[in-house]
Amino acid sequence: MKAAPVSNDIILRTGASIMVPVILLWGFYVLVHGAIGPGGGFQAGVILAAGFILYTTAFGLKEAKKILSVKLLMVIASTGLFIYTGVGVLAIIFGGNFLEYGVIPIGETPAEASKYGIEMVEIGIGLTVMAIMLSIFYDIVLKEKGG
Amino acid sequence: MRRYLAILSCFIFWAILVYGVPDLPAIGDPEAPANKHVAPRYIERSYEESGVPNIVTAILTNYRGYDTLGETIVIFTAGISVMLLLRRREK
Amino acid sequence: MVLEMIFAKYNYIIYITLMTIGFYGMIGKRNLIKKLIGMSIFQYSIFLFYVSAADVSGGTAPILLKEPAVYVNPLPHVLILTAIVVAVSTLAVGLSLVIRIYREYGTLDEDKILELSK
Repeated sequence: MKAAPVSNDIILRTGASIMVPVILLWGFYVLVHGAIGPGGGFQAGVILAAGFILYTTAFGLKEAKKILSVKLLMVIASTGLFIYTGVGVLAIIFGGNFLEYGVIPIGETPAEASKYGIEMVEIGIGLTVMAIMLSIFYDIVLKEKGG
Repeated sequence: MRRYLAILSCFIFWAILVYGVPDLPAIGDPEAPANKHVAPRYIERSYEESGVPNIVTAILTNYRGYDTLGETIVIFTAGISVMLLLRRREK
Repeated sequence: MVLEMIFAKYNYIIYITLMTIGFYGMIGKRNLIKKLIGMSIFQYSIFLFYVSAADVSGGTAPILLKEPAVYVNPLPHVLILTAIVVAVSTLAVGLSLVIRIYREYGTLDEDKILELSK
């Protein structure tokens, strides 16, 4: 038996192709504005994952896996954790405690360095959360036959 | 039988918890112990120590950065365990 | 006096009731998915309790403004932000365990699974 056709619903497909870029853009906005407004890594990761999940429901699992394959997702998730721990270890290298951003010499004052450290950590969290949420979705979603 | 036992124990659970309600602070009380402990210091000092206006982000990634690292590892582990439980080798 | 207490602290009564509903779902239902739903309701009632404990009347969101203002307590928000992530993770792991159990036994009923596994 051939695999069941993906959704032919033209309304869903057109709506998704309009909405997905907006959702992704908003996710990136929330990610980089986590320090000065409502938002942050966890929320942005979930929003980005929601955009890809909408894409998957409209165009099918195969099309989505062409863009973000399972292997790539694990690489992204590990990269996010690596960025987080990397910032922490960087603080140790510059003579501070683990995750003490103030000692990293990127800003003029410790507070400014701490700001950049927080942004980096937020990006790491966002990448990990997005990749793991999508990975869980890929695993739990129903396969076509014999899933 | 099991259902009645469950309802009975739920009722006892509810009654015990409601018995403690009068001792809790009213909603929005600025004098509540939860709002008096470390929160004022965070609100006063977080900008000069972390450089970000969002206090929640400052606490999350600066004061409690180690906690959040553990949190990220928790979701990472959850993703890996879901993968181990459900993924089948694609041939 | 009891009525006065209920009107002043009605929020706690709501959370306790929600929590009891979740507790009943966990101990009274036999379907594993319903048990997981009960667990989620239980967790979310605790989140609501924490967020309401953070409230300061007249306060704004804890994002610093130019002019001095009253802010709500930011610490419970942080705790709950992390707790929501843990809740999602436990729910995902629990659901995948349930999927595996369904694949093995073909049922989600607790008693039947216990019988089949003998």
